[in-house]
Amino acid sequence: MSMHLTRSAAAFEVRRATRASRVTVACLLIVAVAVASAPWWAGRDALHDFVQLASYLVFAMMWNLLAGYGGMVSIGQQAFFGIGGYAMLILANYCGVSPFIAVPLAASIAVVIAVPVSLVAFRLEGGYFAIGTWVIAEVFRLTVANMSVLGGGSGTSLTALQDVPRALRESLTLWLALAIVAAAIGLLYVFLRSKAGLALTAMRDNAVAASSQGVDVKRARLIVYLVSACGAALAGGLYFLGNLRISPDAAFSVNWTAFGIFIVMIGGLGTLEGPIVGALIFFILNKFLSDYGTWYLIGLGALAIVVTMFFPQGLWGFVSRRFGLQLFPVGRHVVLADIEASQRRSTGGGADVLDASAATRRA
Amino acid sequence: MNTLLNIVVQGVLLGALYGLFAMGQSLVFGVMRLTNTAHGDFIVLLVFVLFALTGFVHLPLAVAIALLLVIAFGAGYAVQYTILNRVSSRDPLPSLIVTFGLSIVIQNVLQQVFSADPRSIATGSFESKSIALAGITLGYLPLVTLAATVALAFAMQWLFGRTPLGRAFRATSDDREIVQLMGVSYRRTYALAMGVAFVLIAVAAALYSMRTAVSPTDGPALLLYAFEAVIIGGMGSFWGTFVGGMALGIAQQAGFYFDPGWGIWLGHVVFLGVLVARPQGLLPKTA
Repeated sequence: MSMHLTRSAAAFEVRRATRASRVTVACLLIVAVAVASAPWWAGRDALHDFVQLASYLVFAMMWNLLAGYGGMVSIGQQAFFGIGGYAMLILANYCGVSPFIAVPLAASIAVVIAVPVSLVAFRLEGGYFAIGTWVIAEVFRLTVANMSVLGGGSGTSLTALQDVPRALRESLTLWLALAIVAAAIGLLYVFLRSKAGLALTAMRDNAVAASSQGVDVKRARLIVYLVSACGAALAGGLYFLGNLRISPDAAFSVNWTAFGIFIVMIGGLGTLEGPIVGALIFFILNKFLSDYGTWYLIGLGALAIVVTMFFPQGLWGFVSRRFGLQLFPVGRHVVLADIEASQRRSTGGGADVLDASAATRRA
Repeated sequence: MNTLLNIVVQGVLLGALYGLFAMGQSLVFGVMRLTNTAHGDFIVLLVFVLFALTGFVHLPLAVAIALLLVIAFGAGYAVQYTILNRVSSRDPLPSLIVTFGLSIVIQNVLQQVFSADPRSIATGSFESKSIALAGITLGYLPLVTLAATVALAFAMQWLFGRTPLGRAFRATSDDREIVQLMGVSYRRTYALAMGVAFVLIAVAAALYSMRTAVSPTDGPALLLYAFEAVIIGGMGSFWGTFVGGMALGIAQQAGFYFDPGWGIWLGHVVFLGVLVARPQGLLPKTA
């Protein structure tokens, strides 16, 4: 038995990168350089747009991590978005911390708050978890709305940036946004490719089966919840750093989660590419159609229903399946060397030649 | 002492309304295992249907309410049969997203049609009449609400325990594949359950719209109260839901007494406290 294993171990290799993934990394680097140099060639509106897009994208990626990978559908992620915003503002306005440093600090505060919150939220499962997290977000909203120090229901402004020249402030915000997006995409990619990521994917597909294979489901769920709280708080801190004004109704609005769900479902649940595609689509729709107000929101809601009912894999899921394309391959392709060699030998092709794609198995 | 008694009595009366909101939610949880995030928006939608019937068609209130119950049953049956049956599965995600999408669509359609202004149903002066008992003022409308909630809890208990339809509900809830062998279509049973839930929602909507002004975006708050009442009371028992509504009502009244800003907050916090201390609820029972 072990003899056989050793022999076969030599006969295959595990491939993780694809040509598409190498091209993607190169493209992303070019985009990153272009965005980083934007203060020298783009207008103010474009900078502001990118910061907003970055907030939507990071928030949606974190909702995707929670629901698409962790199997926890939350309607309460706006709790951490708001905490990120308010913690950033408190640190900057009252503690004298630079707002740009306050954003990551606020995210770590959100993680600390998420630990006791998870104890309450994890009492519920499935759909009950979804509404329970919404109640928790409402508790935070009402708490902040009743604190007159923070401006109560009407909110307050980020005054700590008064002395920073506008151009410098906008450039620094842009670079922070870029850094957060790069870190979020990079860290999630590395995480999902790791052993823990594989365990997470197994857990998403079937928690009981995964647990029988030695995956500590409880621990994995907690880690996903904390990481996603951290990311949502980064998105919130960034958004209100760009916005300069915060109020409880804006910071803890359920619309954040609604937009996150829309982005993820349109793009493709449970993929890294999905939220990126979805955020771009949402951003363009938002830019050009949000003036239509109620009609625009009716359209978004109806589109989310139709996509969930008839195209549950989303746009990226469709493209990925149709063309076999993966920009961020998180799986493992086992390529059997023997078969490849035999294929090379019999180039004319015959009945005994296996199709290369049939010999590769996704792990 | 009198203050305390007043908080409890007003809390129970408010809680009766929440219990009424929650009963439809409890039925849907119990039979379909469906988490309906549009529950509150359905209540608000029926309030506006009632408003249209009395305000635009100029029907007398009693006729309008009777018609509303019929419309509600049909609407519930149709929504479940055409949309929600397609997404009812073990995976909670599709039904959550679809009902959440419905919630956004309903809110915005109502805003488009009726504007964002809050509206209430005129009942003459019935909603402001009250009697004084031992120094405590009891409104007629809250008393009617309490009576309606108790009556409907009895009716639901009877429907589930004594009728063939109730038997089909319970059997489908246990195993929707097996009931098909007995000639019960789970699709039809689900649609009937949603129809009945909508009738409960319609009663709640009628009483709620007489009590206060309702705006198109009030749905999510109502959903949360209904959900909290169900969880506090314990899953699968209509009397549990009733008690859960009372507990939530008393908590909110106590909060309002100390500071109007903290009433809703205290209701939420009591809910979270029950969740931590007694996750199975106060009166748990599997239907």
